[in-house]
Amino acid sequence: MSTNGANKLIEVRDLVKHFPLKKGIILQKQVGAVRAVDGVSFDVFEGETLGLVGESGCGKSTTARLVTRLLEPTDGEIIYKGSDIAHSSRAELKPMRRDMQMIFQDPYSSLNPRKTVGTIISEPFIIHRLEKDEAKRKKRVQELMDLVGLNPEHYNRFPHEFSGGQRQRIGVARAIALKPKLVVADEPVSALDVSIQAQIINLLSELQRDLGLTIIFIAHDLSVVRHVCDRIAVMYLGKIVELADADQLFEHPRHPYTGALLSAVPVPDPRLAREKQRQVLGGDVPSPTNPPAACRFHTRCPKAQDGTCNVVEPQLEVKQGGNLAACHFPLTDEEISKRVPTAAA
Amino acid sequence: MALLEVTDLKVHFRTDDGLVKAVDGVSYTVEAGQALGIVGESGSGKSVSSLTVMGLTRFAGNAEISGSIRFDGRDLLAASDEDMRRLRGNDMAMIFQDPLSSLHPFYKIGDQLVEAIQAHRDVSKAQALDRTVEMLGLVGIPEPRRRVDSYPHEFSGGMRQRVMIAMALINDPKLLIADEPTTALDVTVQAQILDLIQRLQRELDTAIVMITHDLGVVAEVTDEIGVMYAGRIVEYADKESIFAMPEHPYTWGLLKSIPRLDSPRGEELVPIAGRPPSLILKPPGCAFHPRCPYVREAHKRIDPQLAPAAEAGNGGGGRHEVACLLPGQTRRGLWAALQEGATPEVALQRVDVPDKVVDREAVGEVLAEPGTEVAEGVVATPENAAEVVPDVVAEEETS
Repeated sequence: MSTNGANKLIEVRDLVKHFPLKKGIILQKQVGAVRAVDGVSFDVFEGETLGLVGESGCGKSTTARLVTRLLEPTDGEIIYKGSDIAHSSRAELKPMRRDMQMIFQDPYSSLNPRKTVGTIISEPFIIHRLEKDEAKRKKRVQELMDLVGLNPEHYNRFPHEFSGGQRQRIGVARAIALKPKLVVADEPVSALDVSIQAQIINLLSELQRDLGLTIIFIAHDLSVVRHVCDRIAVMYLGKIVELADADQLFEHPRHPYTGALLSAVPVPDPRLAREKQRQVLGGDVPSPTNPPAACRFHTRCPKAQDGTCNVVEPQLEVKQGGNLAACHFPLTDEEISKRVPTAAA
Repeated sequence: MALLEVTDLKVHFRTDDGLVKAVDGVSYTVEAGQALGIVGESGSGKSVSSLTVMGLTRFAGNAEISGSIRFDGRDLLAASDEDMRRLRGNDMAMIFQDPLSSLHPFYKIGDQLVEAIQAHRDVSKAQALDRTVEMLGLVGIPEPRRRVDSYPHEFSGGMRQRVMIAMALINDPKLLIADEPTTALDVTVQAQILDLIQRLQRELDTAIVMITHDLGVVAEVTDEIGVMYAGRIVEYADKESIFAMPEHPYTWGLLKSIPRLDSPRGEELVPIAGRPPSLILKPPGCAFHPRCPYVREAHKRIDPQLAPAAEAGNGGGGRHEVACLLPGQTRRGLWAALQEGATPEVALQRVDVPDKVVDREAVGEVLAEPGTEVAEGVVATPENAAEVVPDVVAEEETS
C-alpha cells in the first residue's frame, strides 16, 4: 500500500450535507432534509487511489462534490494544504481548483457538443490564464491528446465524431491538463462498453503512475473498484460503514453490508457461481430523509440484534485485520469464507 | 421440437447512410424451460434480434427481415400483425432494461396488470385483479392487495422491475425475453432480481432468453450462451464450455478485459483494441479482424461461418460452435497461454499462427454455392476455388 508514510493531501472531518425539502409555492417552508452525507471522515493520501463505493443514493457522489467544493457542506471540515476550505468563497477557491479536477460518468453529456475537442481541452488553460500564446497552447493540447491516446490531428473535430471510449479520453485529457494533484473520477467507466472499460481503466492507472496523481474513484461496480483502488470506503445512507485496504476489504470484509455487496456480484465462472452462497439482502435502501435510528443498516442486516443495533449507533473503529468498520457484530473469517468468491477458491 | 427456432435471421435497416446490417444471419434454438444467454456489446444486434422475435421490428418501415423464426410450431415472420398481437404478452413476453419507462406513469400498477390479462383472456375485472394480486405476491411485492393501487413512481427501481416481471409472466408465457433486466439496478437489487428470475423459471418452467453485456449474469442464470459480434453469433456453447474453453478471440477478449472479484488483484487488464465496427461498412472477411491480435492476411478476405469448435464435446456439453479462421490447435494453444496470464503479444510468441486458414465450412460454402463473392469483385466457382481462396486448406494438417 502506498499510504505508509505518505502525506495527507486532504483531510475530511465529520462532513455533512443536508438538502432541504421545501413545501409551498411562495412562502417555502422547510419540511425536512435529505441527509445525503451525514458525518463522513476520511483522509486522502498523496498518490493513492481511494475508492468510494455504495448503491445509488448512498452519498458517494455528493461526498466527491463536497471534497472538490462543487457543493458547500452543511457542516464539517475539509482540510487542504493546512486550511479548511469547507466554506471558502469562489475567489478563495479559484487557485485550488487547478489542483482538483473531475471526470464524469457520461462522456456524451459532459462535453459541449458545439465546441471542438481542441477548444474543450484548451478551456482550463484559458480559465486559469495560463499559456496565453495560442500556438503554444495548441501544442500543449495536442501533447495532452497524444498522452491519453487520441490522435492529435483530430484537434478540430467535434465530440460527436468520437466513440464513447474516445470521448472519455477527451474528458481525461481535460482533467489532467493543468497537472492537478487530485482527480475525482465519478463512475468514469460505467457508461462504456465492456471491451472499452479496460482501455480507460488502464489509461487512468498509467497516468497515475506517470504524473503522480491522487485519485478518488467512485463506482458501483465492485470488480472495477477492486482492480484500481488502494483503499476503499464503503458508504451506506450517507455514512462510511467500512474503510480498509483493497485486499483486506475484499478478502476479509468486516461489515455485513460489505459482505452482502460482495456476494451479490455475479461471478463470470459457473463453477464458482455454484459453490458460493449468495446472500441476498431483502428490501430496498431506506429513504435518506428519514434514515433508520442507530445503525442505519439494521433494518436489512442478517446479523442485527434487537436492543443493540437499533439503539446504539456503532462508531467507525478498528476491527480484526485492521479494517475500520462501524458495526457491533462484524463478520468472522468463517462467515466470509462461505460467501465471498476469492482467487484462492 | 424446440420451442423457439431462429434460423439465419437477418434484420437490415435501410437508412440514408446505407444499409445497417443490425442482425446478419443469426441461428439459435431454445427448448421449453431452458435459459439461453445472448452476450454482446452495444450494436452487436442482440436486442434487435430479440425484438424481431417479438415482432416488434416489423413496424419499422425501413426494416428488411429474412430467415425464419419458428415459435411453438408457428412461423412468426409469416404471422399477421393480429396473430403477433395475440402472441405477445400471452405466449411470449419481454422485460426491458428500464422499468420506469416501460410502465405507464398515469395508471395504477393494478390497472396496468389487469389490462395485460384482459387483453388476452375473457375474464371479469375481479378475477383479473385476483390474479394480479397473486402474481405481485409471487414476485415479492409486499402487501400486494394494497399495492395494486400504487402508481409506478411510488415504487423503487427494483420494485418496478418486479412489477414488469409480474406483468410479463401474468399470462403464463412459454417464453420470456429479458433484455438487460438488471443493468439499471444496484448490485444488491440485481441479486434479488436474478434470484427471482431463476426461481420463477424453475417453478413456472418458462423458457428464457437473457440478453446482457455482463458475463457474470449469464454465468449465474443461463444454460447456454451465444456471443454476438457485429450482428452474428461468433461463439455458441453451453456455459461450462464457454467459460472453461472459449475458442473465439472476441470471447477471450471479453473474459480478459473485465476485472473480476476472483482474479488476482494485480493482474493487468487486457483491453480489446479498437472499437465495435460500423454495421453499415462491416470489415470484409472476419468482422472481428481489425481488433483481433491474431489476424492473418487471409482472415481479411474470408468470412468465417459457425462450425464445431475444436473442443466440442470434450466439455461434456452439447453444441459448441465457433466462427473463427484460426486452426483448432492454434486456438487451444493461445487460450492456454492467455490463461497463464500471457498478453496476446506474449501468446503470439509462444504459439505459431499459420498464414493459411482452416475452415472447412468456408471452403464448403464456396464449393457448394458457386458464385460466392470471396473478395471484392472476385466470385468463386468450384473450378477457381483453389485459386481465389488460396489460403484455405480443407483439412487440418496433422502435426
